[in-house]
Amino acid sequence: MSWTCIAPTLKITTRPDPPSTSLTASSACNSSSLHFRRSRFGLGAFRDLLDISPTLTEAAGAIVDDSFTRCFKSIPPEFWNWNIYLFPLWCFGVLVRHLILFPARVLILTIGWIIFLSSFIPVHLLLKGHDTLRRKLERLLVELICCFFVASWSGVVNYHGPRPSIRPKQVYVANHTSMIDFIVLQQMTAFAVIMQKHPGWVGFLQSTILESVGCIWFNRTEAKDREIVARKLRDHVQGADNNPLLIFPEGTCVNNHYTVMFKKGAFELGCMVCPIAIKYNKIFADAFWNSRKQSFTMHLLQLTTSWAVVCDVICFCIDNLIYGLSTWVRDMISIRAGLKKVPWDGYLKYSCPSPKHRERKQRSFAEWVLRRLEEK
Amino acid sequence: MIRPAQSLSLTHPLAIMGNTSSMLTQYDIEEVQEHCKHAFSQQEIVSLYQRFCQLDRNGGGFILTDEFLTVPEFAVNPLSQRLLRMLNSLNFKEFVAFLSAFSPRVPLQQKIEFIFKLYDSDNNGKVTFHDMLDVLRDLTGQFISEQQREQVLTRVLEEAGYTKDSMLVLSDFVKILGSSDLKMEVEVPVD
Repeated sequence: MSWTCIAPTLKITTRPDPPSTSLTASSACNSSSLHFRRSRFGLGAFRDLLDISPTLTEAAGAIVDDSFTRCFKSIPPEFWNWNIYLFPLWCFGVLVRHLILFPARVLILTIGWIIFLSSFIPVHLLLKGHDTLRRKLERLLVELICCFFVASWSGVVNYHGPRPSIRPKQVYVANHTSMIDFIVLQQMTAFAVIMQKHPGWVGFLQSTILESVGCIWFNRTEAKDREIVARKLRDHVQGADNNPLLIFPEGTCVNNHYTVMFKKGAFELGCMVCPIAIKYNKIFADAFWNSRKQSFTMHLLQLTTSWAVVCDVICFCIDNLIYGLSTWVRDMISIRAGLKKVPWDGYLKYSCPSPKHRERKQRSFAEWVLRRLEEK
Repeated sequence: MIRPAQSLSLTHPLAIMGNTSSMLTQYDIEEVQEHCKHAFSQQEIVSLYQRFCQLDRNGGGFILTDEFLTVPEFAVNPLSQRLLRMLNSLNFKEFVAFLSAFSPRVPLQQKIEFIFKLYDSDNNGKVTFHDMLDVLRDLTGQFISEQQREQVLTRVLEEAGYTKDSMLVLSDFVKILGSSDLKMEVEVPVD
């Protein structure tokens, strides 16, 4: 029996990233212009026109490997349990995680939910008249349940930087790896987050509990939704005692090795932007939620049966009077969290790229052809 | 072609990559290598298989057109539609054979053949004025008028000693492109 078939989990170290397609200039045109020599032999110009190899090479390169798909791939950790001594150790670890840690954590979480629900429901119903007190208590209770969640993954969160405070006209932006980002941050301060409305039990929790901290929902698939949501965001940041607003400008979960382009919406609210960088330590658990491959329930189960969730949360505040803010903030977050930047919009997961990228390439090639025509 | 769920390669060669979660065995790798005439090393074939499985989301054993278009870098390429015609419903073995034209180990002749096949959309072994015009249209889009395209192409053809009605065959392509420093290579990332 050949052992080469274990291939997919061979040692994986940092693989060089594929060169990202230059979106500003058509490399097809550039290399063609280099090839183009005014030739006295008639074949020269014909060869240059017929030679589509640069464009083909780009296409084949994209088929073989591309920077966008890499953002959403779970990169498995190094395969270490390959020998006769480590394999039994690993098996023992699996047993400990599933038979000892997992039940203990489920117990902790159940206790947490019982405490939470037995406090939240009375507070919500009985204090209907006293809004400020009710809101304050609900905020504390949500922070509490998030602490229980984090404890159920044996979460170790290292916070760096100034703690967020409740002030008007400020918005927090962070990179996005999974829905648990929200839980990890919520443990620190009660945020009002803007989220995609999900179906199932998550949606139910969203509409009941998270509503109380002032969360805003959007629906990616609805076109008109954008303006409504933009208005809601603006109203929220104006309010003095609303929870600080948290936005994930990437718009989708990325695998915590890369960042995709940040959407401008968060930066056009006319208020101070405070970036937060979140970096998970992969040795203990892979926190990336690949929403296409796993449901949130499976994802939580996976985390609950891992050793721990260890992450660093780094907060820093800046003034918003800088042009090109979204790119600058993305740079800051990427550098601090050690993430590589990728020039694609996260929403390309759900839709086709706009024709303007292709048109840019076509325009530069067309200009070359026209110049050729004029030269004669 | 019906694809059974298991990949048992001793009796059924790689036509049967129906279940993409199956592992690639040594026999499969060697067979694919034979089929692509050793254009790729065994490790590269394993990498390509991982990539194939990544692109083949529904696990059907083929990569569908829509699945190729989920790669934005590919979708924005002006020649993507022409390539998709060649890439349509390829199983893994054919996929590697397709990409073999981009291997550094492959002779220039094979690369030129690939370019010829791309131009020759009706597969009759001849590339006409219209075939070349089609490719030029894909590459230039709406930024140049049809008339100008025809003008350039006619002029260039005449310069090269052909006419508008000439039908080019593979040997013509070899003559024209064979002397150039054609660079059509893609690096397969290997872990």
